[in-house]
Amino acid sequence: MTTTVSASPFAGLDAERFATHLAQRSYLPAWWIAAKQEAWNEFTSLPMPSRTDENWRFANLSGISLDHYAVPEEPSSRVPHLPNFPHASEIIFSNRQVVGRTGLSQELADQGVIFAPLDEALRDHGDLVRRYFQQHPVNLGGEKFIALNVAFAACGTFLYVPKGVKVDQPFVAQHTVTGEHQSVFPHTIVAIEDGAEASLVEFFVSGDQAAHLASGVNDLHAGQNAQLTYIGAQNWSPDTLSFQANSIHAGRDAQVQCLNVHLGGRQARHESHSRLAGPGAHCDMLALTVANGAQEFDQRTLQTHQAPHTTSDLLYKNALMDTAKTIFSGLIVVDPEAQHTDAYQTNRNLLLSDKAEANSLPGLEIQANDVKCSHGSTSGRVPAEQEFYLQSRGIDPAKAHELIVFGFFEEVLAKLANEHLHAVLSELIKSKFKQS
Amino acid sequence: MKPLSELASPPTPVLENPAEGIDQSAGNFNYDVKYEFDAGAGLNETTVRYISGVKKEEDWILEFRLKALKVFQDKPMPTHWATKDLDNIDFDKIRYYLSQGQKPKRTWDEVPDDIKKTFERLGIPEQERKFLAGVEAQFDSEAAYSNVKEIVAKQGVIFMGSTEALREHPEIFRKWFGKVIPTSDNKFSALNSAVFSGGSFIYVPPGVKVSQPLQAYFRINAENFGQFERTLIIVDEGAEVTYMEGCTAPKFSTATLHSAVVELVAMKNAKIQYITVQNWAANVYNLVTKRGIAHEGAEIKWIDCNIGSRLTMKYPGVVLKGKGARGEVISIALANDGQHQDTGAKMIHAADNTTSTIVAKSISVGQGRSTYRGVVHIPKHLKGCKNNTECDALLINSNSRTDTYPAITVRGDDHAVQHEASVSKVSEEMIFYMQQRGLSEAQAMSLAVNGFVNDLVRQFPMEYSVELKRLIELEMEGSVG
Repeated sequence: MTTTVSASPFAGLDAERFATHLAQRSYLPAWWIAAKQEAWNEFTSLPMPSRTDENWRFANLSGISLDHYAVPEEPSSRVPHLPNFPHASEIIFSNRQVVGRTGLSQELADQGVIFAPLDEALRDHGDLVRRYFQQHPVNLGGEKFIALNVAFAACGTFLYVPKGVKVDQPFVAQHTVTGEHQSVFPHTIVAIEDGAEASLVEFFVSGDQAAHLASGVNDLHAGQNAQLTYIGAQNWSPDTLSFQANSIHAGRDAQVQCLNVHLGGRQARHESHSRLAGPGAHCDMLALTVANGAQEFDQRTLQTHQAPHTTSDLLYKNALMDTAKTIFSGLIVVDPEAQHTDAYQTNRNLLLSDKAEANSLPGLEIQANDVKCSHGSTSGRVPAEQEFYLQSRGIDPAKAHELIVFGFFEEVLAKLANEHLHAVLSELIKSKFKQS
Repeated sequence: MKPLSELASPPTPVLENPAEGIDQSAGNFNYDVKYEFDAGAGLNETTVRYISGVKKEEDWILEFRLKALKVFQDKPMPTHWATKDLDNIDFDKIRYYLSQGQKPKRTWDEVPDDIKKTFERLGIPEQERKFLAGVEAQFDSEAAYSNVKEIVAKQGVIFMGSTEALREHPEIFRKWFGKVIPTSDNKFSALNSAVFSGGSFIYVPPGVKVSQPLQAYFRINAENFGQFERTLIIVDEGAEVTYMEGCTAPKFSTATLHSAVVELVAMKNAKIQYITVQNWAANVYNLVTKRGIAHEGAEIKWIDCNIGSRLTMKYPGVVLKGKGARGEVISIALANDGQHQDTGAKMIHAADNTTSTIVAKSISVGQGRSTYRGVVHIPKHLKGCKNNTECDALLINSNSRTDTYPAITVRGDDHAVQHEASVSKVSEEMIFYMQQRGLSEAQAMSLAVNGFVNDLVRQFPMEYSVELKRLIELEMEGSVG
């Protein structure tokens, strides 16, 4: 066996490239290497989604081909600036490598808080990472892309907040990809222990306008009575193919808030599964999408109520322009034991162009009878009165649209407790309007 | 291997949550019937040729059937989205055609006595039948009795069995036959197209408003016998008609299959209202395809109530083809022990300023499962389309289950689409209040459930709404306590 292991940064998603990736990580725990090997086998054996797959209904399957993408080894110097706002600690990745990092305060370190790149966390806290790694996988159709993520995962962060520790300011991670056909596979693991509180903000950005591939996975855990806030802001290049699988596990009386902002990408799929596992658990699932050009945003969600007295509230808002297309497919599942569940699911689509397309599949599967569940979906245009009012005040139609979209989004943004984040996300969304 | 004696005595199935205190045999009836024509069990080209031969059909109909058979055989079961229960249908054990070989009758006197006896058991007095505008009673595959009231015939309305109509008026019916629902629409529409028999064909000439509802009763009356009626209603410009179908069936131990195709065509400014009360026996698979085309300014309204059957899969649809067309589906489903009501609606907007409304209410009782599945489609380049969908589900008893799977596609910025769904249970306060007033828990529950569907039941014609309320009461009585 004399396979020369090529370290070329342009090697595709093939067995050889995977072998190189694995060989470089021989210092990591054996279970992790085994998990990667298993994931690679799964990735190669799983078929690509097919037309009859209900999980991919309405999606453009010709756009998700994984051919021609390469796994980079070298970071790029083209790294966009991190938005400026107060935060506890930051880690910046470029092409899967750490390129910037601020340390934890002594106080947080002393309390046992860990915020580290995944490879480092695996080396130093292998058993702790293992306890939370892929414990509750997402099964919403993107299994192949999750397997690909695990096989090549190197960047991504591990955030661990021990029992009772409350961190006011958010932790921040930025994932950057630069270079034609380069790909990144961020894998984020957050564990907020019993009674602890923390938030993590992740930015996904491209260093250039080239075609990229991104497949990210999150494992988010909130222990008993814990508070976890997760914000993911995706602004890849307009030619990026993006997959993201988000798993939320909420224990007894835990409070989880999860907001995803989707701006970039050619075709972006986001899967999110929240499990309300302990009595009294609550989860807010929020998303804002601005779709323009020929972008396709495909969002699939699942709210599983496994314990009694659990509540969940989902609000996904899409603003559509040009020939953009969105798909929202949501499902609430109430297990027979989960009596006194209170679950809501709302999808609102604002169509700002006569060629945009909004697909909505809001589903319910209820097996308990003492529950309150509802879902709603609306798709419509800007009310003519609002448009007229703004124009009668001398505001041009483009600006009027922007204002109306912000008014439409404010219901979601207002749910953020951190006002700095509110401002940062508003700016980010505004930047998309400036592009178009 | 087990000894033969053990195999010979299968364990008696134990009913979960049996509905106590109800005379379950009330709707049971079965008469020995001698069938003159019998295509035997199983389906192949010979079966199809036999059916077509018995009916002395023209070549194009036989070709249509044979093509459909091929489509049926090639299409997979839709179990990637639908329930796996479909796999329990044994197509080889079903009889696809049985007939006594009688011609559709014109007068009541010509109807054989034993068939009259069956009607008696159905509880429909002869007087009432005469009162109704037209009764088309399907006894197994053939229309056994048809009576178009003179006034209707004088107005030029054609109301006859499918076989007869294709023979006598091909110039009217061939144009639309199989056009609203193509053979290849789904596996069961293909099956129906291959073996269809019975059903009504109606043509209403321009401007004619049929004041009284036309009515049909369908029955299944032979073990393992599938019923595949085919209905086509064409209502010409500015004309109006209401059509009602009700189903009752005797109870058998082995599953039977009912797979109908119903096509409606509403020409410019026409109005069609199609009312169904489905109460098949609890062993029937009821897999029905229903769709209408509404031309400019036309209105099609489906009122669909599903109470019986083991599994019903039925999503009445309207293709809104002309400007300003309106489509409406009102759906009530009641799923009791062992039942799965998988119902819904499809609204395909294909012209400007078209509007559609879907109101679906389901009640799941005991082990029952109800599912709403819907499609609302508004394609590119249309203006001013509106859809409003409401789905409410009521759960009674913690073993019941309800699902909602809508699919909504909207293209363009000049439409308004709304979907709301809720799941709830009967409030304890409400039951408590009624018990305070001296009602038993069962009575209170029955009243609450009737209240839940009351605003929809009121849209049914009088005699149906009364019957419906009684059916719901009967279903509810055994579900509490």
